[in-house]
Amino acid sequence: MCLGIPGRVLSIDGAGEFPMAVVDFGGLRREACLAYVPDAAVGDFVIVHVGFAISRLDEDEARRTLEVLRAMPEAVAAELGPADLGPADLGPVDLGPADLGAAELGAGELGAAP
Amino acid sequence: MRYLDEYRDPVLARRLLDEITAVTTRPWNVMEVCGGQTHTIVRQGIDELLPPGLRMIHGPGCPVCVTPLALIDRALAIAALPGVTFTSYGDMLRVPGTAGDLLSLKARGADVRVVYSPLDAVGIAADNPDREVVFFGVGFETTAPANGMAVLRAHALGVPNFSMLVSHVLVPPAMTAVLDAPHCQVQAFLAAGHVCAVMGYGEYEPIAARYRVPIVVTGFEPLDILEGILLAVRQLESGRAEVENQYARAVTREGNTCAQDAMRRVFRVGDRTWRGIGAIADSGLRLAPEFAAYDAEHRFGVAHLVAQEHPACIAGAILQGVREPTDCPAYGVGCTPRRPLGAPMVSSEGTCAAYFTAGRRRRAEVPA
Repeated sequence: MCLGIPGRVLSIDGAGEFPMAVVDFGGLRREACLAYVPDAAVGDFVIVHVGFAISRLDEDEARRTLEVLRAMPEAVAAELGPADLGPADLGPVDLGPADLGAAELGAGELGAAP
Repeated sequence: MRYLDEYRDPVLARRLLDEITAVTTRPWNVMEVCGGQTHTIVRQGIDELLPPGLRMIHGPGCPVCVTPLALIDRALAIAALPGVTFTSYGDMLRVPGTAGDLLSLKARGADVRVVYSPLDAVGIAADNPDREVVFFGVGFETTAPANGMAVLRAHALGVPNFSMLVSHVLVPPAMTAVLDAPHCQVQAFLAAGHVCAVMGYGEYEPIAARYRVPIVVTGFEPLDILEGILLAVRQLESGRAEVENQYARAVTREGNTCAQDAMRRVFRVGDRTWRGIGAIADSGLRLAPEFAAYDAEHRFGVAHLVAQEHPACIAGAILQGVREPTDCPAYGVGCTPRRPLGAPMVSSEGTCAAYFTAGRRRRAEVPA
């Protein structure tokens, strides 16, 4: 119900009572009302819920979140000491097959974790 | 899609799980408030990948699920009237009332239509001045500004044949109701990201302080959920109880003040009954006196209708996180998404529907 999808503003029609935008969601285009995000500009990403933009997506924050996540193995290593972790876990962002394999693991395999 | 796919990266998900496992030293119970988050958690099996003892409790954040049976019956009573076009978000059409649902009413000839946006309902009313067009205004704070705008628009355009059956609920009172319940097991919350995109998160700070409970504003993709869990566990492990914002790309502390202003203009806070939970003071929205003429309950005289829940349905216990769908004797047997007994089996965000779609089996069926 509270589903909100990020999409890019392609064009804005400000002629009506409130601005309406055409928003691109990965190839699918829909109209969205910009009454609540009046400062959104063409090229901005907005989060759209039931035909209304409810928030302008902060692209710097979006990047920052991912950077924090990508930097995480080093943080774990600093806390626990590298001896506690295998090389696959500590690897840099360009990952080897060991990590990709691990991503497929089910709950059974993880049950053995401490 | 940009800003979705990056937050579904399985390699980063694995690292987050490793970090969660590394920082968790004790059992903890974390409630995700929003049904959209429940859907991600169950579909991706995130709850089954967490370290032993770290338990996700699914919260009451599915507006379709908490809309009381009496409101569904009122919707059915209005939709059955001649001359009425009843419009709704698609989710509500298969929610069972005491006798049938909106979809079966439509099959019997009633004019029931699914709309994508509440403004579409106003458009239908403007195009059909000889019909009464009613919109089923359900939702949390995320949806209230959109539904409120429909009322403002009908008012501005002079569309007197538009009205709204309002069933709006608010998240913070539901969280405090969960915390006040006897035997509450919730030790931390993942707050609903899009509710906070509208409302900000200032109103959660007194809850975190008063109940000593960490609250992490969290997004909806797998990496968002996992990072939200990690931040919550870090707080629990270090004895902190703060409001943190994992979903900073969409949420600010102030929220969307423009949307809040419109909500305040159209609606007033009032008591609401939550399906399966009961009455919670100041937990919902009603139309402000200025817009009372658009209130469908009064226009069609259905406010007196009351209803009794199906005795086999344990939706109330599930919505409060006390029981799981797989505990229910009716789960997958007498109650399926095709033939639901209760709302949580209907909505795509309902906990029962999420479990069923993910193929989870009733406990009694799982070999020991």
